[in-house]
Amino acid sequence: MLNDLFSPETLSEAWRIIQAEFLTAVWETVYVTLLATAFSIIIGLPLGVLLVAGEKNGVLPLPSWLLQTLNILINLLRSVPFLILMILVFPLTRFVVGTVVGTTASIVPLVIAAFPFVARLAESSLREVSPNTVEMAQSMGASPLQIIVKVMIPESIPSLISNATIAITTILGYSAMSGIIGGGGLGKIAINYGYYRYKYLIMLAAVVLLILLVQIFQSVGTRLAARLDKRLKRKG
Amino acid sequence: MIEIRNISKTFHTADGSVEALKNVSISIPDGDIFGIIGMSGAGKSTLVRCINLLERPTEGSIEINGVDLCKLSEGELRKVRREITMIFQGFNLLMQRNCLKNVCFPLELAGKSRAEAKKRALELLDIVGLKDKAKAYPAQLSGGQQQRVAIARALATDPKVLLCDEATSALDPTTTNSILELIRSINEKLGITVIIITHQMSVVESVCRHVAILDDGTVAEQGAVAEVFSHPKSPAARRLVFPEGISDSPVVSEAGERLIRVVFNGAAAAGSPLIARMAVEKGIEANIAYASTKSIGGKAYGSMLLGIPGGSETVRAAIDYMTQTPDVLAEEVTPHAE
Repeated sequence: MLNDLFSPETLSEAWRIIQAEFLTAVWETVYVTLLATAFSIIIGLPLGVLLVAGEKNGVLPLPSWLLQTLNILINLLRSVPFLILMILVFPLTRFVVGTVVGTTASIVPLVIAAFPFVARLAESSLREVSPNTVEMAQSMGASPLQIIVKVMIPESIPSLISNATIAITTILGYSAMSGIIGGGGLGKIAINYGYYRYKYLIMLAAVVLLILLVQIFQSVGTRLAARLDKRLKRKG
Repeated sequence: MIEIRNISKTFHTADGSVEALKNVSISIPDGDIFGIIGMSGAGKSTLVRCINLLERPTEGSIEINGVDLCKLSEGELRKVRREITMIFQGFNLLMQRNCLKNVCFPLELAGKSRAEAKKRALELLDIVGLKDKAKAYPAQLSGGQQQRVAIARALATDPKVLLCDEATSALDPTTTNSILELIRSINEKLGITVIIITHQMSVVESVCRHVAILDDGTVAEQGAVAEVFSHPKSPAARRLVFPEGISDSPVVSEAGERLIRVVFNGAAAAGSPLIARMAVEKGIEANIAYASTKSIGGKAYGSMLLGIPGGSETVRAAIDYMTQTPDVLAEEVTPHAE
């Protein structure tokens, strides 16, 4: 079996496929991941803000039914397995993109799966801001919107970036799964060659590239978060 | 003029309701340094938060220069809060902004332009002696420096009132004195009314002109600092003035001494041996039973309890001698009924 896997024929065949398809696949994966993360943050961050600011003792208390609905909706979306969610949102995907297959179409289910997760991550970051700091802003006459924009978000930037890194690596994993329903990228290659055609070497190569991408996103995110955190700067 | 009229504050919790303040009335003249002192849990923090309505009192009214704050809309209240700023025990600086940007913060809230805010912030950092730290982040500063930045920030919007909520409680004694000195000079130079919340007697003694003693949500006693501290009437006041419980022991000690309380309220007596001079000039050998004094800017603040041997004439002579010095008050400590 191992002999088969690394025989000269399989190796040269694999190399041919890698040269022909991998560049596009990596690009598709990165494109889908970054766009899906961006949309998830655009929807998820404001929801995270509402979850914290909208509490009874928050800076912008919301009616409790609204806050509860929001919480239930987020939990609901988070409990549907991604594979099933992808199929469930077909109508939406068709409405937004015009088709349910292809790389761009896979962004829709990814955003639907990731924004509730991003909302929870943002919520936990924003909760790290001390209530004393918020009280200080209130004592200086800050409006709820000013507290959110000038205090809560800027003060939790390092934590928000760490959590955005978690989101991006998770979405990268989901994007690979979307290969099953016709999404593009490394996931599609791994499934098409590895699962349907028993070309394990190609699958292995795709997985190695996915691992590399996760490593790159993670270390860039960690470094960015540390560099932006002014609490870590010492004298000198 | 700040008029706190009959305010009460009740908190409703799962375990029932807690009355944090009960019918508190205090009036604070413009330009004063007013201390509110009490033990932990006496309701000090709630009271100071009622002054700028971070906490809404359940009953009563807060009037500042004739305006009843409780009747203002949220928008109007936010404008008023620029004139009643606050400093805190934990400094509460924005950790992700440098000092300059921290001082700019209230100016940004008030809608000032970037250039205008920066110019004003630099002036204020100069006033608190930290102009060279403008680009430093709070994490790079000591506690005292952080509180100076917080003071500069609190002054940015030209407030009429500065609330200090345990502002020196996290600082060491030397730093505490330098911060109090800064607060005093701000009060003198800018005429800002200062309200100091503290549990430390020494803070009230060294800077405040008037004091209210808060005990279990009520005002136990209020008046001029020297008066309240030289003859405390309420049990709460006596607990603060005599932390070792001297008031509970007989006023005439076993050695046949009678006690007098000497209050130094900014007397130019630091370094001059007042008690030794009394012994030499009047032949009265005072026994120091208790002393808590400090020199701030060459002036003495604090109080002493002296045991005076002999009869009431000697006591009178000692009191006369002490009170000849300006800003020194002396009073015989008389027995109190509990």
